[in-house]
Amino acid sequence: MNLRPDPTFHATPKLAMEAPPETLAFTLMLSPDGSRPDGLAVVDVNPKSDTYGQIVHQVIMPNTGDEFHHFGWNACSSSLSPLSGHAFLERRYLIIPGIRSSRIYIIDVKEPLKAKIHKIIEPEEVFAKTGYSRPHTIHCGPEGIYVSTLGGGGVDGTDGPPGIFIMDCETFEILGRYEMDRGSQDKHYDFWWNLPRDYMISSEWGLPPQFENGIVAEDLLANKYGHSIHFWNLRQRKNVQTIDLGENYQMALEIRPAHDPSKDYGFCGVVIDTTNLQGAIFTWWQKDDGTFEAKKTITIDPRPEKAENLPPLLKGFEAVPPLVTDIDLSLDDKYLYVACWGLGEMHQYDVTDPMNPKLTGKVELGGIARGTKHPNGKTFAYAPQMVEISRDGKRVYWTNSLYSTWDDQFYPDDEGGQMVMAHVGEDGGLTLAEDFFVEFPQGYRSHQIRLEGGDCSTDSFCYPSV
Amino acid sequence: MTTAAALWWAVVASGIYHGVNPGMGWPLAVSAALMDRSQSSLFKAVGALAAGHLLAMGAILFPFTALLFVAQWQHEIQIAAACLVIGLGVWLFFNRRHPRFLARVPPSRLALWSFLAAMAHGAGLMLVPIYLGICRTVDTDAGHAAAQALMTSTAAIAVGVALVHTLAMTLSGGLMAFGVYRWFGLKFLSRSWFNLDLVWALSLILVGAISLFMAI
Repeated sequence: MNLRPDPTFHATPKLAMEAPPETLAFTLMLSPDGSRPDGLAVVDVNPKSDTYGQIVHQVIMPNTGDEFHHFGWNACSSSLSPLSGHAFLERRYLIIPGIRSSRIYIIDVKEPLKAKIHKIIEPEEVFAKTGYSRPHTIHCGPEGIYVSTLGGGGVDGTDGPPGIFIMDCETFEILGRYEMDRGSQDKHYDFWWNLPRDYMISSEWGLPPQFENGIVAEDLLANKYGHSIHFWNLRQRKNVQTIDLGENYQMALEIRPAHDPSKDYGFCGVVIDTTNLQGAIFTWWQKDDGTFEAKKTITIDPRPEKAENLPPLLKGFEAVPPLVTDIDLSLDDKYLYVACWGLGEMHQYDVTDPMNPKLTGKVELGGIARGTKHPNGKTFAYAPQMVEISRDGKRVYWTNSLYSTWDDQFYPDDEGGQMVMAHVGEDGGLTLAEDFFVEFPQGYRSHQIRLEGGDCSTDSFCYPSV
Repeated sequence: MTTAAALWWAVVASGIYHGVNPGMGWPLAVSAALMDRSQSSLFKAVGALAAGHLLAMGAILFPFTALLFVAQWQHEIQIAAACLVIGLGVWLFFNRRHPRFLARVPPSRLALWSFLAAMAHGAGLMLVPIYLGICRTVDTDAGHAAAQALMTSTAAIAVGVALVHTLAMTLSGGLMAFGVYRWFGLKFLSRSWFNLDLVWALSLILVGAISLFMAI
């Protein structure tokens, strides 16, 4: 407990943008075949430092087979609401779930270069206390730490629907399930909220048998992956509305509400439209009567390609689908970054008018049947995937792996974990930084990035930036 | 200054203490005004916080008013109340976790939240020893008044204490909210927020101890 609020907690997104820039990044490393333990890499992102662009510390876990994916902080700017009663928490611990093992690690990063394991929650405890499995997205909120899961009970995670559970934000004890009335929600992926307006939005990927051993092409073509987003009364823990985006919009993944809580809209990325292989972004918003609506506002076309250049999975389509696998919104709610993991592109859209996004920047890197090289001449494995934006919106970082078994299906010949950064121009535009190219140790791939002091997909703000 | 005047000032001081503490809610009024883009929302929110706080003061003070009806036990009641306040202070000293149910209250129900927050943190209980002290000064002045008259006057004092305290709390909290909204900006929020958990627990113990000392 601090005597003053943690200096990295900011009342508004604007104040967070004005805070000092990040000097360190935390990036997850995963061993795709489970032969080695997964780890957390601490990366120096301070351009003035001698070790800029290097891994300066690693925390290697004591188990194998966890498969690290997403992670988050124990506390963030959401603590600055008197309603939470947590104003004096420290932003000190990273909560890292293993989506294959269901084990959860709590890493103490108070001294980032000496980051160490603080606590391990074994899978049995997660199963026993929640009935859920395969923990995924972490957000700190009013009642503590919220953790979304991808699986229900049973060995294959299909015994009951997946959902969200709550952890105590001081002891890291699992408190139990979040949902009181889940309505028709039976799959899960991401979630986020608008705290003063008291609503939450959740999305759907698929059930564990649909992703753990690779993408199931028959299920995809039969539109059996998730295609709905759910709106919840956050504090009543009740699903108040489900919007089916349309069954062809397969895998509605990342949910990115506007950071400024006075704005009542947000975005959701859809991996693939099975009617035309397009990638899509939906804008959702709350209407005056309190109900929600969603509309497709961005489409990204597939690129025709000869079958001989394509992996077996895509040969029949003779095209490279964009595969919108991650999106992220800058803290000023101005730019939406869209990772096209199939094409090998990172797009930047000006979403000042959320109903009419405009493409303002684009970087080509990696990609199926294209493999664009980095401007520094190095080969980039796979394609831009998990993206994170600096608080000031001037730098965009990303890594390259999607998910172990899916990487192998879409990029059978690639290997390696990498992290790059692009500078954002004054009036938009994206340019890769030639001097920043992190290569993770042999045998590791890389996934989500968290920036020291918070970033654009961790902190929830309780006050508008006026 | 007479004992009575000093005690009434203590009522005002505790009101200001509760009011300026961000944890008791004034930032929510800033948030309401910014969310609605309307200054009047700030006053509405301050009003809701005040209503909840006033209700919490009443809910704690009136049972003691009823107890005071048993006039011959006034002394014992004062000792018991002092011990209760000290006990809560000691408990809060060692257990500084905030009750999680408060986080379940929707932001739209500020009066309810303010009521529950005041109850959970013993804001009303802090006033009890002061209230009983004021009743004693009146009692001494009135000599052996009739039971009925005594009851009426102690009830009136309870209303007075709750109102004066809440008024001080509302004015000070409202000023903080208005100042941040109009002039200082939200940066002031994290700068002015101090962890008073320990001070709060110690204030309860202090108020209880003084009251116990005076009663004995």
